[in-house]
Amino acid sequence: MDIPRKFLFVRLLDWLVRRLTRGRHALRHQTILKIGLAIVFIFILVTVLAQYSWFTPYDPVKYRDAPRLEGPSVHHWMGTDQLKRDVFSRVLAGGKASIVVAFGAVALSMTIGSILGWTSGFFGGILDRSLSLTMDAIYSFPSMILAITLVAMFGAGIGPMIWAVGFVYIPTYFRVTRAEALQVRETTYVEAVRAIGAGNLRIIVRHVAPNTINAIMAVSSFNLADAILTVAALSFLGFGLPPPAPDWGFDIQNGQKFLQSGSWWLITFPGLMIIALSLGFGLIGEGISDLVNPKRKRKRV
Amino acid sequence: MGGIARYITQRLFLTIPMLLILLTVVFLILRVMPGDPVAAMLGGRNVSQQLMDEYRHKMGVDKPIPLQYIDYLNGIIHGNFGKSFRTSQPVVTELFTRFPATLELAFFGMLFAFIFGFWTGVLAATRADTPIDHTIRIFHIGSFAMPLFWFGLMLQVIFAVKLHWFPVASRVGGRIAFSFHSVTGFYLLDAFLSGDPKIILDIAKHLVLPSITLGFAQAGLLGRMTRASMLEVLDADYITTARAKGLSERVVILSHALRNALIPIITVFGLQFAILMGGAVLTETVFSWPGVASFLVRSIEARDWPAIQGSIVFIAIFISAINLIVDVCYSVIDPRVRY
Repeated sequence: MDIPRKFLFVRLLDWLVRRLTRGRHALRHQTILKIGLAIVFIFILVTVLAQYSWFTPYDPVKYRDAPRLEGPSVHHWMGTDQLKRDVFSRVLAGGKASIVVAFGAVALSMTIGSILGWTSGFFGGILDRSLSLTMDAIYSFPSMILAITLVAMFGAGIGPMIWAVGFVYIPTYFRVTRAEALQVRETTYVEAVRAIGAGNLRIIVRHVAPNTINAIMAVSSFNLADAILTVAALSFLGFGLPPPAPDWGFDIQNGQKFLQSGSWWLITFPGLMIIALSLGFGLIGEGISDLVNPKRKRKRV
Repeated sequence: MGGIARYITQRLFLTIPMLLILLTVVFLILRVMPGDPVAAMLGGRNVSQQLMDEYRHKMGVDKPIPLQYIDYLNGIIHGNFGKSFRTSQPVVTELFTRFPATLELAFFGMLFAFIFGFWTGVLAATRADTPIDHTIRIFHIGSFAMPLFWFGLMLQVIFAVKLHWFPVASRVGGRIAFSFHSVTGFYLLDAFLSGDPKIILDIAKHLVLPSITLGFAQAGLLGRMTRASMLEVLDADYITTARAKGLSERVVILSHALRNALIPIITVFGLQFAILMGGAVLTETVFSWPGVASFLVRSIEARDWPAIQGSIVFIAIFISAINLIVDVCYSVIDPRVRY
């Protein structure tokens, strides 16, 4: 089941992967990766377009002259909510917070975590020991509880959520990059560059960092999948976007109130969207793991 | 077994700095971040500055940060987490009355995850590359992508609202609640102690949906790991030997392969438990389960500092303890590990 080559964005990605890996990898036979990329691409496209009112069938925010709490019908494919709003339109537009926060948080934690990991692993000593212990302590604590506490302290909204979720993932990147940096530090070529007279900063940037890129790539896609779920949970608990804005997690919380009366459509559809998007990122992670570590694929882990 | 005693002592000493760092991180997060607990508690703008200062003094938040830190650590050492702003009860009391609920839920969630995860994992590994295997693998990957609170709500819609098989939420049914008195806080245990089959059935029914919700994602993870681990073990020579001896496939799989496949899985149990506690926040919220995790969420909403701090410290200590126990168990299960 190969995605036809005519899809422009797959070709574009193929080209990008070749350039980034200097021709070592191509997307050929990476069905899982392509499906994942296709899902994520479609979700981002739909979410961006749905911010404009001409794209969604009805206005996702305004109350309308429509039946209240009506099940799926021809006019309202996913039914209406208690404020007579079209659930389908809200579902289309509801991914904004999830996508923005997931990418923002992963970018944030990747940057901070990797820089700490490289320096810690490279220099070693007391810095490494204290940083490792701190990171292990944070890592051992339930990330969901930490994220909830942080977002409650920062306040609700997209910005605070990025900081809260981002903070939680820092140890993940720290561990990955530190382990790689420790190995690279001992190699002969690092010794050789040092002998030529390269400074520490140069060695970290030019030699340690590039060696950790593969691991960071795989970790970050799994992280994005997890971040989507975390953001949804935060919104569900009421720490996300303020009310009238369409949001999957918040809409599920809203639907919970009408669950006893049997209005299943209010929670079902936003949930399916969360699953699909998270699955998309998860598949990308699986695909990248196969790509950068072909042995893994043969062993069928 | 002197080795084990020494190992436990060593591990305890290693746990202390870890815990101290966690406590410091918690303290800094709560003190440095915006959000005034006094304003939140008094709940409005029309409160005089004098009253605010009075409350600040009463709660000890008018002292300089380093002094507050010392007070905080001193309190924890003496098991005194302060009084909840919201309920005016000691936080420790609040936590200990709710802890059995969380523990009971976590136990049955983990039990479900183990049974379901191992079963699907072994099934997939023994039938590798068949449609059964593919179905199970897709299901495992899908379970990671499932928002836990949504899964719980769907179970409620299907099995409680539509089919009426199980109650929608809470720990005990309305009719039973009057005649039922909890002694230990573990309702199922209490139900068995009471000996009334009606009560036992009611309590057990209330446990089913929350446990499945909490254990579901873990089941996927465990299943995936069991499968991978089993596949490796099934290739080993001693499995061929066992089969050649004429042992039944059942004995080979269950007592030869699974036992060894379990070893790498037990090691990650501690981490799994942390994830489980995170999941408990959502499960308890969805099912109105009166546990520690939902207490934390409500404390956060009320900016109840001592309660937030206390809950997090409590969870941190609990998880450190679990990690310690797991590491010790590991040495018992795998005789190759000696300390």
